[in-house]
Amino acid sequence: MRAPLSWLGEFAAELPRDAGRLADACNGIGLIVDAIDEPGREIEGVIVARILDVVAHPNADKLRLAEVDFGTGTTRVVCGAPNIEAGQLVPFAPSGASLPGGFRLERRTIRGEVSDGMLCSARELGLGDDHGGIVQLAADAELGADVRIVLGLDDLVLELEITPNRPDAMSIVGIARDLAAHFRIPFTIPLVAPSTRGPGVGGRATVSIEAPDRCPRYVGWTADVVVGPSPAWLARRLTMAGMRPINNVVDVTNYVMLERGQPLHAFDLARLPGRGIVVRLAGAGEGLTTLDGVERQLTVDDLLICDGHSKPTAVAGIMGGADSEVVDSTTELLLEAAFFSAPGIGLTSKRLGLRTDASARFERGVDPAGTLDAAARAMALLEIVASGSAGSDPLDAHPVPAERARVVVRTSRVNAVLGTALSTDEIVGRLEPLGIECLESSDPDVRTAVVPTFRPDIEREIDLIEEVGRHHGFNNITRTVPRPAGTSGGLTRAQQERRLVRHALTGVGASEAFTSSLVARIDLERCGFSSDGAVELENPLRAEESCLRTAVLPGLVRAVGYNASHGQPNVALFELGHVFGPPSAATAPLPDEREHVACVLAGLLRQRPHADDRPVDVHDATAALASVLDTLEIADVRIEAGPGPGLHPARSAAVVVDGAAVGWVGEVDPEVAARFGGGPIVGFECDLDRLLASRRRSRQFQPVSVFPASSIDLAFVVDDSVPARSVEDALRAGGGALVESIALFDAFRSEAVGAGNVSLAFSIWFRAPDRTLTDQDVAGLRQGAIDAVLAATGARLRG
Amino acid sequence: MDLADALSRLDVELTRAQAEVPQAADLDGLAGCERTLLGRRAVVTDVHEQIKTFPPVDRPALGKAVGAFKQVVTALVEQRRTELADVERTLRLTRDAVDLTLPPRGRPRGHLHLVTQVQQELEDVFVGLGFRVAEGPEVETDFYNFEALNMPQAHPARSMWDTLYVKLGQPEEVLLRTHTSPVQIRVMQDQRPPIATVMPGRCYRRDTLDARHSPVFHQIEGLVVDRGITFGDLAGTIEAFTRAYFGDGRTARLRPSFFPFTEPSAEFEVTCFMCAGSGCGVCSRTGWLELGGCGMVDPNVFAAVGYDPEEYSGFAFGFGLERMAMTRYGVDHIKAFWDNDLRFLEQF
Repeated sequence: MRAPLSWLGEFAAELPRDAGRLADACNGIGLIVDAIDEPGREIEGVIVARILDVVAHPNADKLRLAEVDFGTGTTRVVCGAPNIEAGQLVPFAPSGASLPGGFRLERRTIRGEVSDGMLCSARELGLGDDHGGIVQLAADAELGADVRIVLGLDDLVLELEITPNRPDAMSIVGIARDLAAHFRIPFTIPLVAPSTRGPGVGGRATVSIEAPDRCPRYVGWTADVVVGPSPAWLARRLTMAGMRPINNVVDVTNYVMLERGQPLHAFDLARLPGRGIVVRLAGAGEGLTTLDGVERQLTVDDLLICDGHSKPTAVAGIMGGADSEVVDSTTELLLEAAFFSAPGIGLTSKRLGLRTDASARFERGVDPAGTLDAAARAMALLEIVASGSAGSDPLDAHPVPAERARVVVRTSRVNAVLGTALSTDEIVGRLEPLGIECLESSDPDVRTAVVPTFRPDIEREIDLIEEVGRHHGFNNITRTVPRPAGTSGGLTRAQQERRLVRHALTGVGASEAFTSSLVARIDLERCGFSSDGAVELENPLRAEESCLRTAVLPGLVRAVGYNASHGQPNVALFELGHVFGPPSAATAPLPDEREHVACVLAGLLRQRPHADDRPVDVHDATAALASVLDTLEIADVRIEAGPGPGLHPARSAAVVVDGAAVGWVGEVDPEVAARFGGGPIVGFECDLDRLLASRRRSRQFQPVSVFPASSIDLAFVVDDSVPARSVEDALRAGGGALVESIALFDAFRSEAVGAGNVSLAFSIWFRAPDRTLTDQDVAGLRQGAIDAVLAATGARLRG
Repeated sequence: MDLADALSRLDVELTRAQAEVPQAADLDGLAGCERTLLGRRAVVTDVHEQIKTFPPVDRPALGKAVGAFKQVVTALVEQRRTELADVERTLRLTRDAVDLTLPPRGRPRGHLHLVTQVQQELEDVFVGLGFRVAEGPEVETDFYNFEALNMPQAHPARSMWDTLYVKLGQPEEVLLRTHTSPVQIRVMQDQRPPIATVMPGRCYRRDTLDARHSPVFHQIEGLVVDRGITFGDLAGTIEAFTRAYFGDGRTARLRPSFFPFTEPSAEFEVTCFMCAGSGCGVCSRTGWLELGGCGMVDPNVFAAVGYDPEEYSGFAFGFGLERMAMTRYGVDHIKAFWDNDLRFLEQF
């Protein structure tokens, strides 16, 4: 909303003129200032002068010499404009004056003739693009007067952002009222009324409301007019407010809408069949071509303005139709000033995708009691600018009268919410300038506020408290810090552990990525994941964001591809994020939403100059996984070979925690990796919720034995399919409670161990808590361990 | 050889030892010196062997002189030996020199995402102010995202958010949360006041990606509910957070605004961290940076969770994490947070 200060000043004459003060005031009451325009800010010293005489320039065909009188003297300037004549009043920029663009005038000689300044075109004054001639000033302008004042360029325009709860502030009057209350200066709306010399409206037109709940009031007013261009002041004011002048009738409707917040519409009465208005809901399948030339399909929820034969001629409150609009030949018009209920206009506007200055006001709520005043204001203006003669006895169809809301406001409650110590009088003093009447009651703490109809946002006590706060000043309220008793701040264990997981993964060299939760099915499928069960969006903006991710890994693999395509094939990334599956019984209708942790490592591991670089392999992935599992001190983890989604079937394994699979680790399927840069990609993905809920290692103290350990080395030949971990498990089981630790120190394949076999060599340390183990003890333990391995895995002991 | 001769021979030898031993170039040379001065054919050995040929009256003096000679020379030799050993050790270690400016072994440490860093810093600031941290689902029902937040069906304020709906449940029942505010409702349902909680998380809007908007983004939101909580408490908390996060001397100001779930509602601005309020390019020369929205919890929100608005009052505030990170670190396009380009991630 653009509000010229001069216009505001018609209602609040004592407003300050200082841009900074105005901006602070507006921001302080919630009319957020986007910008302040000061069109005349760069003009200085340009004054009104009368052209006394014009003679040809002796040395130039297209230039002339003008003798001008600027009130306190006369001088001569060279001028190239074709439109100057003796007797005209024009803007004169003498030497020393400044024009927009930082241009400063000096006395100079042009083709041998001295010019003491210049006469100005509209463009030179920053008034527009017109550079065809010198601006002609009104005949009553005083010689020597500042042209900024004469042309209204001393004005400034507040460009305000109006929040949706303040329909009243979508008008000059409403903004002026709020600012007047803020500055505690008088606010008045001058009474205006047309002289109603025209024939009675009742004899020329009819109004019939068939949907009174959607249109509780409709003022119809006829007038005879002469359509033409608007006078300069009206056109300039609309331009400053951001609207384009069209003709005097349309301009008046826009002017009053801006001033009063009441949208108006002028119909060409001669082109309104039946010379009447019917307000009704659209029938199924009904349509209408609106002013913008678009054919609109309507539904039974859309409100229509129809002609006297009930044929649609406007979408109520949103846009008129082409058939009945005011044109140059219009001589009699029917002016509409109606109140339409807000939600209906909002829904139709949203459905049609059609938002206009009118609909923006109606959908927020205009003043149901302001229709007749706005129409009268328009008629009075039409008398001035369009030779209008308004009809007497305007039709005011008013089936549902508007009532002023009555809301109780307690001084104690105001202070309890705001943290202030205002008296009842102070509260009343804040509310009454806003047009809110405060009635006394038997309880001194309580007032009954009678809310004006132009403030539909005020329905409850809290709404009044907001008004008090706004006009007291949010920044004038003493700041305190609450100390809610019995609470203590902190992170939960899960929140702390999520941080630990992140740090574990940065510790292994991975950086944290954020990948989108919105994906296309193809994104999952290209990474070897099934898209079955992926939750779909109802109204995606783009196909690439049409369903919710079921796993994090595909996003990370894509991020590897992004980096590879930017010359960075060696990447380690991780992400903690939510994934979504079909609803479970416990979550319906919401999807099964879980937090996952995933990590990928790709390309080469840089080891130079210490060792050769090598491609990442699955053991890097298990190392990264182990750092997470160890950080969390998870007690029962097993890695069980098996093909994981998107992973190399022979190089992947399930991560089994507390006996249940919680994720996968391994090498990304080479075919998938080939699509994203080509190098090997390894990684893991686990259900973080389940990791955080898992059983943890005991933190109970175990005494440290003071007796020495005995160690033995054993090597077994086993079939390739036997996981090393199962050999280790058998050793531990067979060795019994005295096994302190087991380390696999060699794993190799060779002809000696036979094709399809692998040799696994372990060191085992035994230690007793209460004695030194004898050779005999150790021999027994050794045999037990061997026997267990042979029995469990079919291994052969190497000699 | 009389006593004087013998003593003189030892003196000459001592002078020689004092000259030669400190000059021994290496351990082998020193061993040679030691042999010459103290060995079987050394002068002192000869004198020592001949003591018995001297008159008894001279023997103690000579014996003493021999002993003294041996002690002094042995000390000289030992001193030189230590010196030479030091030199040798130094030489040996110098040969073992390693260039510690070579790149370290292993992967360099990774980096937390900038938004995570901002989120954790903010969580820590609020924990310091006595807050807890809560999370909620990213896919929500209409009830939590809109209805309980004082936006019943067809409420015009719903159009403030372009919502992505999910094909689950009734039409337009299940959606991607457009803000973290649904977590407020869940927190109030799960516990009774006093409540002081911040709620970070991922949010979604039906937005086209541009420099400052992304369909997926993060917010953090705070909620305080208790008896007697006032707007002054809200302003004081915003101020305390501003000081704790941006530093002493920084302040905040509030200006009225509108949100359906708070009343009174405000936008809050903080002193520009770049220019400390004097005006610069970051703050468009205003000295202030717009950070987020806040307000007193609307009584209708309390009604939706079964709190009596006459008994409890509270406030809420929230802002965008990407926006905060962009402003604070000068990131010029929100896309940088989602590309996962190592050249970006590794800057922070």
